Amino acid sequence: MTVTANPSQNNQLELITATVDGVEVRVPKGTLIIRAAEQLGVQIPRFCDHPSLEPVAACRMCLVEIDGIPKPQPSCAIPLTEGMVVRTQQSSEVAAKAQEGVMEFLLLNHPLDCPVCDKGGECPLQNQAMTNGRPYSRFEEGTKRLFEKPININSEILLDRERCVSCARCTRFADEIAGDPTLELLERGAQQQVGTADDRPFESYFGGNTIQICPVGALTSATYRFRSRPFDLISHNTICEHCASGCSTRTDIRRGKIMRRLAANDPEVNEEWNCDKGRFAFTHTTLDRITTPLIRENGELRTASWPEAIEFAANGLKDKQSGVLTGGRLPQEDVYAYSRFARVALNTNNVDFRNRYASKEEADFLTHHVAANSMHVTYRDLENAEIVLLVAFEPENESPIVQLRLRKAVRKSKLKVIAIDTAAIEGYKKLNAEIILTKPGLEADALNKLVPSLNGKNVIVLVGERAATSSGLLSAVASMGKSTSAKFAWVPRRAGDRGAVEAGLLPTLLPGGKLVKDAADRAEVAAEWGVAQLPGQSGLDQVEMVKAALSGDLDAFVIGGLDVYDVSYHSDFIAALEKTFVVSLEQHYSSVTEHADVVLPVGVITERSGTFVNWEGRERSFAAAMHQSLALTDARVLHLIAEKLGVKFADQAKPSELHKSLTSLKDSSNTSTMSAVASIKVPGILLAGLRQLIDNGSLQQGEPHLAATAREAVARVSAATASANGLVDGNLVIIKSSTGQMVLPLLVSEVADETVWVPLNSDGSTPLKNLSVSIGESVQLQDGGRYVL
Amino acid sequence: MARLPQAVRGFWLTFSMMFRKPITEQYPEEKHIYPPKPRFHGRHQLNRYADGLEKCIGCELCAWACPADAIYVEGADNSDEARFSPGERYGKIYQINYLRCILCGLCIEACPTRALTMTNEYELADDSRAKLIYEKQDLLAPLLPGMAQPPHQMVDGFSDRNYYSGKVTGATPAQIAESEQA
Repeated sequence: MTVTANPSQNNQLELITATVDGVEVRVPKGTLIIRAAEQLGVQIPRFCDHPSLEPVAACRMCLVEIDGIPKPQPSCAIPLTEGMVVRTQQSSEVAAKAQEGVMEFLLLNHPLDCPVCDKGGECPLQNQAMTNGRPYSRFEEGTKRLFEKPININSEILLDRERCVSCARCTRFADEIAGDPTLELLERGAQQQVGTADDRPFESYFGGNTIQICPVGALTSATYRFRSRPFDLISHNTICEHCASGCSTRTDIRRGKIMRRLAANDPEVNEEWNCDKGRFAFTHTTLDRITTPLIRENGELRTASWPEAIEFAANGLKDKQSGVLTGGRLPQEDVYAYSRFARVALNTNNVDFRNRYASKEEADFLTHHVAANSMHVTYRDLENAEIVLLVAFEPENESPIVQLRLRKAVRKSKLKVIAIDTAAIEGYKKLNAEIILTKPGLEADALNKLVPSLNGKNVIVLVGERAATSSGLLSAVASMGKSTSAKFAWVPRRAGDRGAVEAGLLPTLLPGGKLVKDAADRAEVAAEWGVAQLPGQSGLDQVEMVKAALSGDLDAFVIGGLDVYDVSYHSDFIAALEKTFVVSLEQHYSSVTEHADVVLPVGVITERSGTFVNWEGRERSFAAAMHQSLALTDARVLHLIAEKLGVKFADQAKPSELHKSLTSLKDSSNTSTMSAVASIKVPGILLAGLRQLIDNGSLQQGEPHLAATAREAVARVSAATASANGLVDGNLVIIKSSTGQMVLPLLVSEVADETVWVPLNSDGSTPLKNLSVSIGESVQLQDGGRYVL
Repeated sequence: MARLPQAVRGFWLTFSMMFRKPITEQYPEEKHIYPPKPRFHGRHQLNRYADGLEKCIGCELCAWACPADAIYVEGADNSDEARFSPGERYGKIYQINYLRCILCGLCIEACPTRALTMTNEYELADDSRAKLIYEKQDLLAPLLPGMAQPPHQMVDGFSDRNYYSGKVTGATPAQIAESEQA
């Protein structure tokens, strides 16, 4: 937790000299006394002080004696000045006695809950009561101030008010870091308590962090409550599998079961925060797992042995025209194995990792501007930028740690954020973003209009995966990168996406940014894989594969980790799966296993080691948290099938070997650029939206407390669109397409005209599944009458 | 004597013993002759309040204190439908492994509610390892007259604090009725 406090942005540090506990220290001007003492190895007790939060001096635990000031002063809020003489509890009776007195007051109303409190054993209050408290309290008699306990401040966070020491860490976190200032200290004196206005739930995607930074057991998690004790837990450093932010996490395991997940401290990436999805959504690792291989016989899946299933899969794939599709859950090593399996064992370039709206333009963009272009833009760059331009990318929902880092920069270094999107979602407002509203499909025009005003400035463009729905947008971003000084980065939504680009899981791309059409690149990859040659003609992307399967040009699929309802043409997709031989490598029963001919169970994230590549291109390696699992990785299963097909790799698909192999290919000097694409204007009212952070995603299943913190699904339209279509704010709206309809409450807000914004996979709002409509396609709107809860 | 052959001298000792009172203990038939001292550290017991609710709150402090790692506890929430102890939390799983336990009594000192105490029972031998892992039902104190089998509510109008300060004297008719219904 120790940080070198340096609020000034100057490289020329102004040093001052002061004395702490008789030792002369030279520290940068502005360094707080408590930090200077830490550097000397003197631990001043504290509750409210937190290096990432503004000083508040609320708990008064860190009192020290300062020469020239008659009374003890809080060291967490006072910066050292030239010549200051400070004495902490180590050398000053006054300071030690003051701290003991404060501790005695803090414990006055603190209940004797330690045996049943989740914090017991890892509690700063317990620890500091021992190190800096009186051995006995002088308040022996009398009743403590009691509150009803616990109360929910949202469905995931429980509050025991009588345990609170009013340090304001949680409220400051909510206000400063998360930007959800609805958590506040209410009442006064002994009645002071943390709460929310009108007892409404504390709405935040980052609320779980308040549990972690609470220095007492006042905030606890509904999921973890009473589950275990710190000494029961074995902690593992892990990487979050949910999004492309790449958070370091700590997974705590008791007797082979995950008890909880915490944010780990990684200053370059997630600092010490993570989002609630990363913190709480781990039940998927145990819920409804497929445990044995399954083979379809007479239309029904039946249990099979591994050798039988592998043989069955290999026979089905032999001498067929096949395609390989993967989803976003896979670590880099596994996607690399899929990539190799397709090229060598199936002799095809029909590979695609994008199970969503995808375009040729996007594949082109990823091939030329993202692959093998690691660490071009980093979190630190975001902090140092002058302007960050968000294009079809709403970080709070789509990459929450990017949101926190941008918010930090907006607060501390006066970063300006400009967003080009279809609706002004809450997350943008927390960044004070200037929002340029555009109808879906017209983002490129807005971007081109903006470019001249950005010239010469330190600009970073972050473009999200939704950009694939807007023709011409990604090529506009690429050309902007060429014509101006702006740097750009692609921020995908899923954890495995960037790794899949590096592993060459696109029809025109080979691992390490090498190109399928380049013979020298092909030869290099072929040599690494120990084969004579690789298929030279570029393959089909997912949309084309589905079409090819329907027309009979494709006979088999190998699919890992995807859901057919993530695309709007799911009925075609299902028909394609029905028509072809499908090998599904899956953890859970899914919409693909329903139509698969052979289902091969694979291990979840906790059972295997690997590497995720986050949006920066930073490799985030993790080890297996559960060592006793016998589950196979996707790579190992593919290796077994390949062996049956007569292809053998020396590395046996061990994650470390695959990683080494992929790394050796990553030296591409690919400087080619993509070709420009024109934007297309679609008439009518168009669907817009995004996947909310907490929604019905398949890795979030089995977490009712988390699901209840999701934002309510509403349809948003602009005032002009509402009046043009006879819609009323607060009423229901019926959204129709040619195949279906869905009904949502209407919110008239800042949205581009002729656009209806909806969440893409939330309760009541699944346009891809219900309407078979994707972003940028036209829908009809109709008033649905009054909305009654 | 000194001149007698060695063998005769040896048998003399044996012969002389025949006239002494035997000190053979007829254990286990007559095990009550030498009862253990009152503070002997024997098998553990999980105590109950006078109305039958369990004293254990599942805090795991016993497991934490145990130098032999012989105790395993999992806590769980009491709910309005099923209450096993006063307060919020009870011990859902409670195991003591007597293959590991050294009967040192540190767990007893650690217990914040006096739920765990030791009896004088010392017959902790069995013919399988599994049988020597005592589960909660093996350790719980028997229901005495006036107690009702949990789960049942606390005494009407009482809070957990009244239980901790020893205000409960026995099961109320409502508690008995609830217990019998279940």
